[in-house]
Amino acid sequence: MTDQKEMEEASHHVVSPVIYIIVGSILLVLTGVTVWASYQEWGNFNAVAALAIAVVKAMIVVLFFMHVKYSSKLTKLTVFCGLFTFLALVGMTLADYFTRAWGRW
Amino acid sequence: MSDSTALAHAEHGHEEHPSYLRHHFENVEQQADAAGFAMWLFLLTEVMFFGGLFTAYLIYRNWYYPAFVQASHQLDIFWGTLNTAVLITSSFTMAMGVWCAETRRRSGLVFCLILTFILGIGFLGIKTIEYKEKIDKHHVPGFHYSLQSFTNPQSDPEIYEKYHDKPLALDMARHTEVYFSLYFVMTGMHALHMIIGIAILGFMIFRARGGAYTNGHVTFVENFGLYWHFVDIVWIFLFPLLYLISRHQ
Repeated sequence: MTDQKEMEEASHHVVSPVIYIIVGSILLVLTGVTVWASYQEWGNFNAVAALAIAVVKAMIVVLFFMHVKYSSKLTKLTVFCGLFTFLALVGMTLADYFTRAWGRW
Repeated sequence: MSDSTALAHAEHGHEEHPSYLRHHFENVEQQADAAGFAMWLFLLTEVMFFGGLFTAYLIYRNWYYPAFVQASHQLDIFWGTLNTAVLITSSFTMAMGVWCAETRRRSGLVFCLILTFILGIGFLGIKTIEYKEKIDKHHVPGFHYSLQSFTNPQSDPEIYEKYHDKPLALDMARHTEVYFSLYFVMTGMHALHMIIGIAILGFMIFRARGGAYTNGHVTFVENFGLYWHFVDIVWIFLFPLLYLISRHQ
C-alpha cells in the first residue's frame, strides 16, 4: 500500500497555490488591459490586440490551471494536435470566404 | 481491506491496491492518465463545436460589418468586464479546489467548490440582467425584433450618447438580427455549459462533504476542473469578440 501511495505522489505533480494566485492575478490584470486597449483608437489594430491578449490568457489557463505544463507528453501532444487541427480548419474556411469575391468587382 | 477481498486479489495475482483502482489498469498512474487523455479528447470536440460558432461569427461580421459594429454597441462593457472577472475568479477557486483535493484537505475542498458554485451562479445572474435588457429592447431575433435602434439611433439615447452611430440603411439594419442570433447562440451555449457545470459542482459538494476526492482519488475533481477552465477559455474569446472589438468603428 505504501509503495502504491509513493508512486501515486511521485507521478502526480501538485501545482502549488502560489502559482495559482500569480496566474489568477495575471489573468485579471490582462482583462483590465484588454478593456483599456479597446478604448484606444488603433483602427484595425484594436481587433488584433484584443485577440492577441485573449490568446495569451487562454494559453496561461491551459498551461497552468489545466496543468498542461506539468502533464505527460501524451497530453501535450493531444492538446497540440487538437489546436493545430482547429486552426487549420478555421484558417482554411476563413481564407475561402474572405477571398471568394476577389477579382469579381 | 478485508481478508476476503485480499484473498480475491491474491487469486488473480494482484498486490494490494487502492480500492479505486479499476482492474483493467496496471496502476493508479495509468488509470489517471487514461482518464485525463479521454477528458482532453472530449474537450477537443468542444473546441471544434465552439470553433464552428466563432468561424460563423467572423464570416458574418466580415459580410455585414456595419450592422455587426452597431449591434455590438448595444452590449454593456461594464457587465461584460465584470462577468469576465467573476469567471476568472471562479477558475481560480476551482484550481484551488483541485489543490485541496490533491493535498487531502476536505473542508478546504468543500469551501473552494462552494465558492466556485456561487461565482458560477453570479455569472449567470449577470447574464440574465443583460438578456433582460435585450428582451426589453426587442433585440431577440424572431420575437418582434425591432430595428429602431439601428435605423434611428437617436431613438436609443443611452447608446447614442456613447457612440453617435449614424442610421443604417434598412437592408443593412436587418442584418443586426444575424448579430443577435449569433450573440444568443454563442452566449447561450456557453451559459448551458455553465449550468451543466454548476449542477455537477452541486453533486461534487455533496460528495466532498462525505470525504470523497480527498482520499487520494482526485481524478473526478481534476477532470471537472479541466471542463470548468475550458468554459472559462470560451468566455475569454467571446468577451473581446462580442463586446470589445467594434467600439471605434
